Amino acid sequence: MEFTLITLLNGLSYGLLLFMLSAGLTLIFSMMGVLNFAHASFYMLGAYFAYAISSRIGYWPALFIAPLLTGLLGALVERHALRAVRRHGHLGELLFTFGLSFLLVELVQLVWGRAPVPYPVPAALDRPLFTLYSTTFPAYRGFMMLVALLMLLAIYLLLRKTRIGLVIQAALTHPHMVEALGHDVPRVSMLVFGGGCALAGLAGVIGGNAFVTEPAMAAALGSIIFVVVVVGGLGSLAGAFIASLMIGVLQTFSVTLDFSLLGLLGAFGVEATPALAQQRLLNLSIAQLAPILPYLLLVLVLLLRPRGLLGVREG
Amino acid sequence: MLTKRAIIAAVSLTAALASPATLAEPVRIAFIESLSGPFAPVGQNLLRSWQSMAELANREKWAGQHTLEVAGFDNKGSPQETLNQLHAVVEQGYRYIAQGSSSAVGLALIDAINKHNQRNPGKEVVYLNYGSIDPEMTNAHCSFWHFRFDANSDMKLAALTSYMAGQKDLKKVYIIGQNYSFGQQVSRTVREQLKHKRADVQIVGDDLHPIGQVKDFAPYVAKIKASGATAVVTGNWGADLALLVRAGRDADLKADFYTMYAATTGVPTAVGAAGAGRMKMVGYWHPNNESFSGSDIVTAFKKKYNDDFYGMATYTATAMLSKAVRDGGSTDPVKVAQRMAGMKIKSLNGEVEMRRTDHQLLQPLYVASWTKVDGKQVKFDQENTGYGWKTEKKIDTFVATQPTSCQMKRPG
Repeated sequence: MEFTLITLLNGLSYGLLLFMLSAGLTLIFSMMGVLNFAHASFYMLGAYFAYAISSRIGYWPALFIAPLLTGLLGALVERHALRAVRRHGHLGELLFTFGLSFLLVELVQLVWGRAPVPYPVPAALDRPLFTLYSTTFPAYRGFMMLVALLMLLAIYLLLRKTRIGLVIQAALTHPHMVEALGHDVPRVSMLVFGGGCALAGLAGVIGGNAFVTEPAMAAALGSIIFVVVVVGGLGSLAGAFIASLMIGVLQTFSVTLDFSLLGLLGAFGVEATPALAQQRLLNLSIAQLAPILPYLLLVLVLLLRPRGLLGVREG
Repeated sequence: MLTKRAIIAAVSLTAALASPATLAEPVRIAFIESLSGPFAPVGQNLLRSWQSMAELANREKWAGQHTLEVAGFDNKGSPQETLNQLHAVVEQGYRYIAQGSSSAVGLALIDAINKHNQRNPGKEVVYLNYGSIDPEMTNAHCSFWHFRFDANSDMKLAALTSYMAGQKDLKKVYIIGQNYSFGQQVSRTVREQLKHKRADVQIVGDDLHPIGQVKDFAPYVAKIKASGATAVVTGNWGADLALLVRAGRDADLKADFYTMYAATTGVPTAVGAAGAGRMKMVGYWHPNNESFSGSDIVTAFKKKYNDDFYGMATYTATAMLSKAVRDGGSTDPVKVAQRMAGMKIKSLNGEVEMRRTDHQLLQPLYVASWTKVDGKQVKFDQENTGYGWKTEKKIDTFVATQPTSCQMKRPG
């Protein structure tokens, strides 16, 4: 019981971090139709900004300033580069953001070096939050979960209850009408792109010290957030939420399962001959397969339900 | 009649002609390691260790009038990238390669260097291995061109399991490691040795995880806890060990850790006060050894780089290489290799010998535990934690020695 609960909590907290990352990507995609390949690079930037700021003026200011800076940078990228590229269609966007992701990694390496940087968890949160049976649950993980949930709430309120949210939603489906009503649609796009990048930056501030801040962090998470977005359904925030939690829990539980095909055969009463026991494939445990399970899920979803769990948008 | 000036000219001309072999030439060593990515802090530390040992050797003229130079090359932790770098440095005229933080890389190097030396007589390359400890490298895959200055994992694990066998409260052991040749080897050896030495001890888990990719060890720690393990054995190093230990501390895992690399960059900080008495390490040396041998090096290194000196094998390697160069009066890799085989010197851990049959260094080993600095037994801490290593047991060279199956082919 202790094991199940703790693993579930670990899975949920990892899933919520994935959600923070994929929320920005989903927003940008659903509002602008841009699949931002550089999204995870903004996550990395958020972590590095937070490291640089927190080592000078402390963690709490960094928590606010780093996402703002990341968002500002995202808005500038949209205004001065992406906007020009977008005129030439989707392929240009994809290639541009793809190139941008490499550029940002190189920049980070030039400024902060190739090795991981010491970006610690703030002292106030570096303690146990509660004890479950005999296992302590770190306060920082609880904080991670809290920030993710607050962020979800804030996005929901912004989109559903405010005027600017109305304009954003309308600009998506009826850009000309919105423009005719006197709203500046390109500026809305810039805000959305910057906002999405700021969310990735926030995830970086939170995730960078919970795990490791290093130049490879974008590449490590870049592919998994695309899995989240596709499984959840392109453009669906609720879908991304469900998919993040699913993948977080799936990955966390799968590293703890030692079942193998050989064991399964054994359960069905098949005797393991020495020749059979030597087979590498049969001996692979779920734990060893854990890193590829999300991609397996991605392939399955694309085959069985191409628009994802909650996807509504048709291309 | 010869004038004074003519005599001087003649003498100096003769001297210049007679001693071309003793002209000072630099011995250039290419250090090929992870200098980027998750294991970069360890690579950086070891590069500095090599460079400060070379400075020391040059200052004290260990290699006579020859000097040593060490330059770093990044292999990004990958065997393939290592071979690219090997090719590049050989083109640049390097004849000595230093590597030591991955046996996967080490095995690839042995193979490539064997082939290179066979095909390019007169341009031979020697591999100075100061830390890749897969026993295969001095057994089935042993090579005349490879010299290992660290103890291999069989030696270290024999010492560690003997120490473990003496711990009365040892009941349930969990083995966890990186999923490559070395991690798998550790798992096999620990199982075998414990079965032999303490049949009553139960192995409650055995896990392999991808090397350098796991950022969150909390799920593994939950599994270790659920198994009821009282001790964890791991061959992990660098970031993989630091993150494992940190996750253990976060979840309040009350198990002893038996390790080989708890001194590597990042790990001492992760261990902190929570690991006092519970973190054990087997190694060939630590700064708080019985005579504090090497303390001047540790102090100078800390002052210069604000970092800890832990890669003492760089000292042994530099000393043996220098002695071979000085005694033979030549920097030719073939002659140096022949001189290093069977060489005995005094290193920081006492008398050591490079075994002729397999080029494995024979040296004493220490089992040490993480202890608060007391100024008497524990003078040096690590990473400014206020904690350092205290010797639990010193294993003499003849006990720490393991047999070899090496059938070495020697040139000429």
